[in-house]
Amino acid sequence: MKATIRKIVTFVEETRIEMGKIIDPPTRRAAAVAVIENPYAGKYVEDLAELMTIGEELGELLTLRAVAALGIPATSVESYGKAAAVGEDGELEHAAAILHPKLGTPVRRVLGKGAALIPSSKKRGGMGVVLDLPLGHKDAAFVRSHFDGMEVRINDAPRANEIVVAVAITDSGRPLARVGGLTKDQIKGEDGLR
Amino acid sequence: MPEVQIRKKLTAVEEIFHEGGPASPVPLRRAAALAVIHNPFAGAYVQEIAGFMDDLKPLGLEMARSLVAALGGDAKVVEGYGKGAIVGAAGELEHGALWHVPGGYAMREILGDAKAIVASTKKVGGPGTRLDVPITHINASYVRSHFDAMEVGLADAPRADEIVLALVMTTGPRVHARVGGLKASEIKGEDGLR
Repeated sequence: MKATIRKIVTFVEETRIEMGKIIDPPTRRAAAVAVIENPYAGKYVEDLAELMTIGEELGELLTLRAVAALGIPATSVESYGKAAAVGEDGELEHAAAILHPKLGTPVRRVLGKGAALIPSSKKRGGMGVVLDLPLGHKDAAFVRSHFDGMEVRINDAPRANEIVVAVAITDSGRPLARVGGLTKDQIKGEDGLR
Repeated sequence: MPEVQIRKKLTAVEEIFHEGGPASPVPLRRAAALAVIHNPFAGAYVQEIAGFMDDLKPLGLEMARSLVAALGGDAKVVEGYGKGAIVGAAGELEHGALWHVPGGYAMREILGDAKAIVASTKKVGGPGTRLDVPITHINASYVRSHFDAMEVGLADAPRADEIVLALVMTTGPRVHARVGGLKASEIKGEDGLR
């Protein structure tokens, strides 16, 4: 493995009640987060290929971890998202190199499908920085019930020479979705949008 | 006494490979289980609250079991533990103290013959409040290598009328523990201290 991983953290959230209403079955989601060394910290490097390869490795590793943490078949995953936070000696483009060129393919391979864009966010920050992972339906980006976000945070990362990389998955949309729009039973699944 | 209403649960598992030093052959794992419950005493001073401790026992057991499951299912791997509570704004610190007995009882029950007092902390705070849950060795409080802490919290809890309850378990010493003191191998195991 190219990535030097200091730490992996998984989070599983289960919402059973929202605004006094019982959510049955509960909505559940998981995030797997890796803290890795940034090989390009402290200097400008033109070719970011190594981080792209690391993105590919982490796409598989983190998706497997998140699915295992959620404890459902990978094919039952409904929405997903990804994010990265670069420590202060790195550049925002390092997050882009991890997230965009190669990370998505193994995510989709693990899940069996995933026609929709994987929504993403990125930032630079210090230890304890909060990452808000955007979430969207994995087969049709316009499914309104599944637009969501999940906050993750690791108090001791990223250090200046580290990058925090996160993949989140869910088994459901928002707990009390009721603002209309495309629903999941209307998905055509041809273009990843509807 | 009122029924325990759970709005949300969170499980977090950290797997720590190194912290700048030699990677441990067995990574340290720390797991936290959080439950966001309704505070039945929020908004008023209630004199008699102690009965709620019994109501919390089943939840404590459920959380302790979920921690062992998150660490692989074998209670024997657990070497450290801790607990804590965050009380929402309409509650009082004493409500957090209701967690001492059921939280501690639950972990001892699940871990067998754990002898040491369960380290704990508590506070009153708003949504997003972070809690540093102290951790000590399950059989001897003075084991220096196992003094640790895990930061926990949820972005949307506790609301004013809620309490966040936390249990934490770890599988070993700090990843690069080297400040001497009583070692786990030297535990007499008679008094829970040494």
